[in-house]
Amino acid sequence: MSAIILFLTVVAVIVGWWLSQQRLTAKPWLEEGPVGDFPGGDSMTWPAAKVGLGVFLAVASVLFVLFISAYSMRMSVVDWRPLPVPRLLWVNTGVLVLSSAALQWSYVAARRHDTENVMIGLLAGGASAVIFLAGQLLAWQRLGAAGYFVASNPANSFFYLLTAVHGLHLTGGLVALGRTSAKMWRGAEIAEMRLSVELCAIYWHFMLLVWLVLLGLLTGWTDDFVDICRRLLS
Amino acid sequence: MVDIPYEGIEGIPPAEVPDVELYHPRSWWTRYVFSQDAKVIAIQYSLTATAIGLVALVLSWLMRLQLGFPGTFSFIDANQYLQFITMHGMIMVIYLLTALFLGGFGNYLIPLMVGARDMVFPYVNMLSYWVYLLAVLVLASTFFVPGGPTGAGWTLYPPQAILSGTPGQDWGIILMMSSLILFIIGFTMGGLNYVVTVLQARTRGMTLMRLPLTVWGIFTATVMALLAFPALFVASVMLLLDRLLGTSFFMPSLVEMGQLSKYGGGSPLLFQHLFWFFGHPEVYIVALPAFGIVSDLISTHARKNIFGYRMMVWAIVAIGALSFIVWAHHMYVSGMFPQFGYFFATTTLIIAIPTAIKVYNWVLTLWRGDIHLTVPMLFALGFIITFVNGGLTGLFLGNVVVDVPLSDTMFVVAHFHMVMGVAPIMVVLGAIYHWYPKVTGRMLNEAMGKFHFWVTFLGAYLIFFPMHYLGLLGVPRRYFELGDATFIPSSAHSLNAFISVVALTVGFSQMVFLFNLAWSLFKGEASGGNPWRATTLEWQTPETPPGHGNWGKDLPVVYRWAYDYSVPGAAEDFIPQNQPPRARKLIQGAAS
Amino acid sequence: MAVALILLLVAIGSVLFHIYSPWWWTPIATNWAYIDHTINITFWITGFVFVAVIAFMAYCVFRFHHKEGRRADYNPENKRLEWWLSVGTGVGVAAMLAPGLVVWHQFVTVPADATEVEVMGQQWQWSFRLPGKDGRLGTSDVRNIAADNPMGLNHDDAHAQDDVVIENGDLHLQVGKPVKVLLRSVDVLHDFYVPEFRAKMDMVPGMVTYFWMTPIRTGTFDVLCAELCGAAHYQMRAKVIVDEEREYHAWLEQQKTFAELSPAKAIVKATYQSGGK
Repeated sequence: MSAIILFLTVVAVIVGWWLSQQRLTAKPWLEEGPVGDFPGGDSMTWPAAKVGLGVFLAVASVLFVLFISAYSMRMSVVDWRPLPVPRLLWVNTGVLVLSSAALQWSYVAARRHDTENVMIGLLAGGASAVIFLAGQLLAWQRLGAAGYFVASNPANSFFYLLTAVHGLHLTGGLVALGRTSAKMWRGAEIAEMRLSVELCAIYWHFMLLVWLVLLGLLTGWTDDFVDICRRLLS
Repeated sequence: MVDIPYEGIEGIPPAEVPDVELYHPRSWWTRYVFSQDAKVIAIQYSLTATAIGLVALVLSWLMRLQLGFPGTFSFIDANQYLQFITMHGMIMVIYLLTALFLGGFGNYLIPLMVGARDMVFPYVNMLSYWVYLLAVLVLASTFFVPGGPTGAGWTLYPPQAILSGTPGQDWGIILMMSSLILFIIGFTMGGLNYVVTVLQARTRGMTLMRLPLTVWGIFTATVMALLAFPALFVASVMLLLDRLLGTSFFMPSLVEMGQLSKYGGGSPLLFQHLFWFFGHPEVYIVALPAFGIVSDLISTHARKNIFGYRMMVWAIVAIGALSFIVWAHHMYVSGMFPQFGYFFATTTLIIAIPTAIKVYNWVLTLWRGDIHLTVPMLFALGFIITFVNGGLTGLFLGNVVVDVPLSDTMFVVAHFHMVMGVAPIMVVLGAIYHWYPKVTGRMLNEAMGKFHFWVTFLGAYLIFFPMHYLGLLGVPRRYFELGDATFIPSSAHSLNAFISVVALTVGFSQMVFLFNLAWSLFKGEASGGNPWRATTLEWQTPETPPGHGNWGKDLPVVYRWAYDYSVPGAAEDFIPQNQPPRARKLIQGAAS
Repeated sequence: MAVALILLLVAIGSVLFHIYSPWWWTPIATNWAYIDHTINITFWITGFVFVAVIAFMAYCVFRFHHKEGRRADYNPENKRLEWWLSVGTGVGVAAMLAPGLVVWHQFVTVPADATEVEVMGQQWQWSFRLPGKDGRLGTSDVRNIAADNPMGLNHDDAHAQDDVVIENGDLHLQVGKPVKVLLRSVDVLHDFYVPEFRAKMDMVPGMVTYFWMTPIRTGTFDVLCAELCGAAHYQMRAKVIVDEEREYHAWLEQQKTFAELSPAKAIVKATYQSGGK
């Protein structure tokens, strides 16, 4: 459970930093009058949807970190036999990077009010995300064909579980992306759409980050990394 | 204290409110059923939670019948008994208390108390309720599937939960897991709303330190729930896969009914870690809203500011943070690495300090107050007694070595019922008596209310206080029958019978309350907008019940904290938060 | 004031109930009186706080309940008072925690001279195993479980052959001798629970847990299962009998070893092994 504790510490630091801006040591009974007299503590100026996405990403991170915690607790037992990671995953990773880049492109275009490029970025991002998901399914199929079934070994179960949870989150993102694209298609004002495009791009970068962490875990790179850190410390 | 006239302020203009896209109901259906208005959603949440809660109440009667009079009721067998306790626990903790405090009170009170027109994502908020309803229906359906609901205990520990020695192993456990997963998805939708509304939609002047403690409690609990429920989600998904696909996340090699099972290599303790990583914060997810609400009840009905507001806020935040590093105190005898005991006992007992501060501040608020013994106040007093009692027995169970003899006995059952059953329910009931006039425009009948309070409070205390001593004696929990054990005297059986009789009485007295709710809706005395003469914003709405959008043309502007009761020199003994200052306070001494 | 009086009576009644309650812990049968002492300390401290808080509250209700013309004080906070209360609480908490941790240290530190006893739980019965003449328990595995090998002992392990296996019987322990009770389960969670021993621990399939104790008085004690283990959880019973040395050995003499209980396989194994040499 050390991964989740570490992650929650990070969350606690962020929350603590934010709270420290809120004048929690003020004596409110002495502060009577319009708020202008007492600086700080007003509502945030960010759009609500962006804050909402931020909170959601924190929740989704907790979910993934808990899966990772479970994975690492199970992995430390002696009978752990990792399964060979299919080569295809590297191709998929490349596709997901492209997808993320396309949405970034779209966001940059939205800031320039360049409707055409926004649309291209959204479609390219969506299409490559679909290709990524198809690639993941193909990887599952190949593993199954090679005899690595979901229930035959804990490492296999975790592999299928982690990739499935990631895929489902990405699918959820595709729904939001689809809605944004549809609105653009119907000719919504670019100024209105800018926020939606930005949120999609943020979510895609998050999904890419999660995927890279999971990939590092599944290929065993994270272990090596942790080992090196441990050696450096000791 | 000296009052000097304060000139030049006529009140500042309200914040420029952009024409928010308030959702406008177009038909009866979208007004009352598929409504996106937080107040309607709150009522939907509350009614659904109460309905499923009544099922859990009936289950508790059935199990008390069996415990008090073993062998008398032949229609209850051992399997059913386990199903009753499991469903009772799960419903009460998650589907009633969590849903009621956050989905019910959170939805109703947050927008009103922070001066917002609605939640920030009304559509997601509506979805939240419907997913919750679906979760409740899936849960309720387990009573009608072959094999019935799961009887694995509300903790659902594997391997037992998914093996054939446990009732409800085929459909019950699968539907239970599915229902939990749905609940968590639904809750996350609602939780995002509560958090972002508090962060983003506070009206002009509503700084964090001017928030009523109710909002602080619900807000902190929601943040905790958003971070803790994923652990239950992860555990549920993995257990579901173990059951359905035959994976072995939690399942070691084992013998099932004399046969070597297909499972192997999993860890039952992993489930317990995940479960309690959610389960312990869950206690505070229920408790913190109760803490917040009861602070406001006490302050309003004692006509006195809450004592030590800042300390109360800090304590809420501290408890919220600490509760994430105490989970393994539920696992002292689970067989986990014994050295963990030192750490978790220490953190657990440290959490008693901020909690104790809250208790002190509640009773110190009463000191030199002007205590109106209204029904909400009575429930608040009842809460303090039951919470202090339950909190103190927590010091037994949190102290690792003391937990060894007491764990898994009736002492634990008595403890958690007192601290997270009776005490929060006292707050729920007090809060309903307090806010019912705002929701309906009518007062609840006071005579019925007082009867309801005394029977509920004294009865619940009589049920759970002696139960501790059964646990001390060594009576284990989750036993269909005690059977003959030499250490259990026959007097223990008499005590069990007594507890059962009181439990049934308390249970039936809730019918008076339900009748009161229905009767007062039509016959209750008209309450006016602010019957308790309270300061917080929800009592200052232009209409009662608050209309669509809560406020009239302009949002309220906040000039002061939420607890200006009995301010020296003020004409009334309360000053609403949105009342512009007329006289500047010069408080000498009080500032120290 | 009726309300104040009732609140006070709740506190007083609780204390009286505590003093006169006929339901109290069972007479202790092991060395874990320390645990009882820690509980007593906790009772004193928490009892004091309980009565103090409620009496204060009752007094407030009595003294400051609403009357015509009464007006509450305006008193936002009193830092010094809150500080003192926090420190006082901290001291009280430390007074409970410190003995608790000391006793926990004893609880998890098994003395070197403790003999091992194994308790195995399965739905819904107990089995016991004592080391044989060699003083060591043999290894076991769930996969070895068969009709003639209910505890799944390892046939290849020489230490297992002389282990005393007790199925459907009672466990005997010798008074005054520290024992380390090794706990395992072959199916679901169980918990070896003897109220008089105070100590208990869950039994988890896939791992071996333990606790230790020294029986200090003879007698017959009920064994219950304290971790929900399925439909017949409440019927999972056995007895532990603490004997004087002589009776204990007399009983031990009558017990069968693993080799005696499943001789056929042992002989096959033996011939096979000797034949291979």
